[in-house]
Amino acid sequence: MTSAIETVAVCGAGGTMGAGIAIVAARAGWRTICHDLSMESLGNAARQTQAFFAKSVERGKMSAADKDAVLARLSRTTSLDDLVKADLVIEAVFEDLAVKRQLFSALNIICPAHTIFASNTSTLSITEIAGGSGREDRVVGLHFCLPAQLMRLIEVSSGLNTSQETLERAWDWCSKAGQLPVRTQDKPGFVLNALLIPFLNDAIRAVEAGVASAADIDTAMKVGLGYKMGPLELIDLVGLDTMARLCEAFYPVTLDPRASAPPLLRRMVAAGWLGRKTGRGFFTYDGNAMFGA
Amino acid sequence: MRYAILQKGESRSFPTGDPFLAGASEHAGVTIHLGSALIADDSKAAVLIELGSECLGVHAGEKAGEEGCNVLGFARYRNGCDAPSQLIELVRQPNSRPQAIEAARAVFEAAGFTVVVCADQAGRIIDRLVRPKYNAALRFLDEGLATAKDMDTTCRLGLGYPDGPIERVERGGLVYHHDVTKALFDVYGTPGYAPARRAVVAKQRDDRGLQR
Repeated sequence: MTSAIETVAVCGAGGTMGAGIAIVAARAGWRTICHDLSMESLGNAARQTQAFFAKSVERGKMSAADKDAVLARLSRTTSLDDLVKADLVIEAVFEDLAVKRQLFSALNIICPAHTIFASNTSTLSITEIAGGSGREDRVVGLHFCLPAQLMRLIEVSSGLNTSQETLERAWDWCSKAGQLPVRTQDKPGFVLNALLIPFLNDAIRAVEAGVASAADIDTAMKVGLGYKMGPLELIDLVGLDTMARLCEAFYPVTLDPRASAPPLLRRMVAAGWLGRKTGRGFFTYDGNAMFGA
Repeated sequence: MRYAILQKGESRSFPTGDPFLAGASEHAGVTIHLGSALIADDSKAAVLIELGSECLGVHAGEKAGEEGCNVLGFARYRNGCDAPSQLIELVRQPNSRPQAIEAARAVFEAAGFTVVVCADQAGRIIDRLVRPKYNAALRFLDEGLATAKDMDTTCRLGLGYPDGPIERVERGGLVYHHDVTKALFDVYGTPGYAPARRAVVAKQRDDRGLQR
């Protein structure tokens, strides 16, 4: 069953995380198929990807020829049938168990038997996502960090039915992609979000309770602890709507009160203050360029 | 802005030899208490008192949400036995005088510190937010979610932190972590602040005179 990974497909590649994962794969040398439901979102992601690599060339991080080669390895499609040659499919679609299970079930018919299905879920169980896919032993968790094109860490987790071979192939792929895999158990939020989501909610609640201004809370974390980004600035980057959805996914499976969406977060989402992408969240912003180079 | 210091014992914010201590004057518009009992002086632009885990209200008193004058609290953030950071958490009450806050800010900023202003809440900003996270990390370690090394690596690489939660809480001292979270738990009563098992064990060993 073992087969070298030559082609990687990313589902949900029209989104911020999916586009970043596609960059990681293409930059490391794999043919990369970007899939999403609309060509419009894929087109937007492609423009941001081109701008990202143009900035990389400008800053001397890669040559113009390398940039062209990477971009040539990226293709876009809205048809799942085009994923027939993928050896590794990484999904970064909507954080909904039914949506992810439906996707893997459909791909199971299209993709070869050796294809590994990886989920970038941040809160859902790999075992549950794999359930009913028809290849439970070839489903693995690969949780990238935002922004994926800049962050090296990948949390790798096995479901109860994931084979050792699948885990090893996925781990090997992460290493070859220049990423740093760490092993975690298939538990809600793995390590990163299990620590981060309640912490971010606590920061929102501190604003809501009038402990300090958003700016002072972020400054305290950066100066006092050496964090590069304050918690509220990070929420603005992630998106307040995404944050609310993370809470909705995370709280029911953990029943940790700190993981429940704070009322202020819900009010801000209702007001359309979604963070960087709408220009207003806990802070205000101009522009919406992809982060980093 | 000149400042006078009234000190009794060692200060956590400004340990012996800290340049801030040498910058004090005898007659100044701002008085800073380091371990000494508060002496109210309405003629001063600000009277500052160094806080531990207690609230400013313990020293300045409270009055149904109407409290506040020229007396402010402060603490230079420090993770247990780590060296003090450059951050000053300046604590105000609801009716603290804006002029007092500005005078305090001027004194600390002139000395090179970064000042944030917070309400008189237990744990101020940083300990209120990070101590539950350290408790969770210690619990995850017990549950085998990941190794301490992988948890720390995850936070450093995944979030860009300079260190991970386990290495930081161990470096600052589990007994210190126990004492801070115990104080927070006494005020808030929520499970996130309850000292983690490893911190309780460290505290019990410390009480028995045993080394870790």
